[in-house]
Amino acid sequence: MSVAGRVFRPVTLIKLAVFVAALVPQALLIRGAVTGNLGVNPAETIQLETGRWALKFLLLSLAITPVRRLTGWNVLIQFRRMLGLFAFAYAVFHFLSYWSFDLNFAFSAMLGDVLKRPFIALGFTAFLVMVPLALTSTKGWIRRMGKRWAQLHRLVYVSAILAVLHYAFKVKVFTGDPVWYAIALAVLLGARVVWWLRQPARRVST
Amino acid sequence: MLLKKPADLKYSDVTDERLYLQRREFMQLGVGLMGAAAGGAIAACGNSALDAAGSGSAATAPPQTPIANIARKMVTTDEPLNKFEEITGYNNFYEFGTGKSDPAKYAGQMKTSPWTVKIEGLCNKPGNYSVDDLIKTADLEERIYRFRCVEAWSMVIPWVGVPLAAVITKAEPQPKATFIEMQTLVRPNEMPGLNSGGLNWPYTEGLRMDEAMHPLSLLAVGLYGKTLMNQNGAPIRLVVPWKYGFKNVKSIVRIRFVDKMPNTAWNDANPGEYGFYSNVNPTVDHPRWSQATERRIPSYFKTTKTLMFNGYAEQVASLYSGMDLRKFY
Repeated sequence: MSVAGRVFRPVTLIKLAVFVAALVPQALLIRGAVTGNLGVNPAETIQLETGRWALKFLLLSLAITPVRRLTGWNVLIQFRRMLGLFAFAYAVFHFLSYWSFDLNFAFSAMLGDVLKRPFIALGFTAFLVMVPLALTSTKGWIRRMGKRWAQLHRLVYVSAILAVLHYAFKVKVFTGDPVWYAIALAVLLGARVVWWLRQPARRVST
Repeated sequence: MLLKKPADLKYSDVTDERLYLQRREFMQLGVGLMGAAAGGAIAACGNSALDAAGSGSAATAPPQTPIANIARKMVTTDEPLNKFEEITGYNNFYEFGTGKSDPAKYAGQMKTSPWTVKIEGLCNKPGNYSVDDLIKTADLEERIYRFRCVEAWSMVIPWVGVPLAAVITKAEPQPKATFIEMQTLVRPNEMPGLNSGGLNWPYTEGLRMDEAMHPLSLLAVGLYGKTLMNQNGAPIRLVVPWKYGFKNVKSIVRIRFVDKMPNTAWNDANPGEYGFYSNVNPTVDHPRWSQATERRIPSYFKTTKTLMFNGYAEQVASLYSGMDLRKFY
C-alpha cells in the first residue's frame, strides 16, 4: 500500500480523531486555568479532572477486549494502546498537579505522604505500575518480549484496581462518582472472570 | 480577654460604605421590586432586620436582604477577604450533594421562612424561637474570621451575627448542662443530598459549654452585610473560628442542652478521622493529608501555614489546658 493509501485508511483517520478528542479535556483545563474558569478552587478542579480522565481512559482500554468479544469488531484492538497511553498521560498530569499544588514539588513531603497515607500510596502505586507498561508499549518491545509482554501487561488490572481504590479512599463518604467507577471496573473485570471460568480448556482439565 | 491584643482583634464602628455598596449591588442584581421594597422596609424599621428574609419569592432562592443594624465590627485578621462569589460558590453542605458547587446549585429550593429554632433540654427557657427572637438577644456584629476547612483549604469571611453566648444565656441553661448539641434542618423534598446517604441525618454537631460560651463563638445570620445565602446555612448557622469548618452546623433548627458529649455527624461517620473537638491543629495530621499547610482560596498552592487554633490560640488555648490534643483531636 502506498504511504498516501496508508494515511487515508479509515482506521488511521479515526485514530487521529480519537487522538485529538483525547486531548480535549487537557486543553479545556489549560484554557480554564488561563481564563480563570476552573471554579473557586482551580487546583482541586485540575487534580480531580486529571485523575478522573486517567481512570476513564484506563477503563476504556480495559473495555476494548470485552467489547471486541461481544461484537466481533476486531478493529478495536488497534485503539487499545492509544487509550492506555492517554490513561498514563493523564496520570502524569494528575501526579504533577498533586506534587506541585499540594506539595510545592517537595520530594521528601511526597515520600512522606506515600509512606504515611494509604490513599496516596494506592494512587502512587497505581501510577508506578503504569510506568513499565507505557515504556514497553512500542512495537519493538512487544516483539522482543514475546509471551512475557502479555504477562507484564496484565499489571494493568492491578493498576486499575488500585486507582479505583485510591478514588474511593480519597472521598470523605463513599457515594457518587467513585461508586460508578468501581462498578464499571467490577463489570469489566467480572466479564473476564466469567470468560475464564467458561474456557473449554479449563473445563477439560477440571 | 478579646481585647488583649488590639492589633489582632478589634471592634470598630461600622460606618464604612460597605452596606451602601451592598445595597446598590443588591438592587443591580435585579432581585425585583418586591425584594427591593422588602429590603427598604426592613432597613427602615431597624431592629427586626430579618423578619421578611426570604418572603420575596417562594419558588426561587430568597433574595439576600441587606442587614441595616450592624452595631459593631470585629476584625480578627488583616488578610484580604475572600470574594462573595467564592464564599457562596464553594461549600460543603452534604444535604444538597457532596460536590462543592452542589449547595450553590440546589440550596435555593430550601424554604427558610418561616423558620423555627427549637431550644430544649437542660434549660429553664425551652421553646420555639424565631431567628429574630434569637438575634434580639444582642447587637448584631460583623466578624471577620479566618475559616479553615478540614480538607486543608481556607478563606477569610465577613460574617454577621450575634454571640452564641447571648442566645445561651437567654435560654438559661441549668448547671447540669455541660454540652450543647445543634442540628440542621432535614427536609428531603428540598434537600436532594439526603437521599444519597453518607452521613447520619439530621446533621448534628456539638460544643462543650465553655466553648459555646466563648466570645468568639458566633451564631451567624449574615455574610457581607446581607442575610446568608442558603448554601452558607441560612437563616442561622454556627461559626466557631478555631475549629474545622464542619463543626459549624448550618441551617440550625434545634439547640439542645445536654449533660453528655453529643454524637456528632462526622465523628459517627469516621471516628478515626474526625474527633469531637476538631480544633484546627497543624501538628495533628488528618490520616489522609497533612494539616500543616492550607490552600487559601483561590490560590493554586498550599503554601499558607496553618496556625494553631486557626490563629486564635491566644483567645482559646486556655480552654484546653492540660488536654492531650493529639488524643482529643
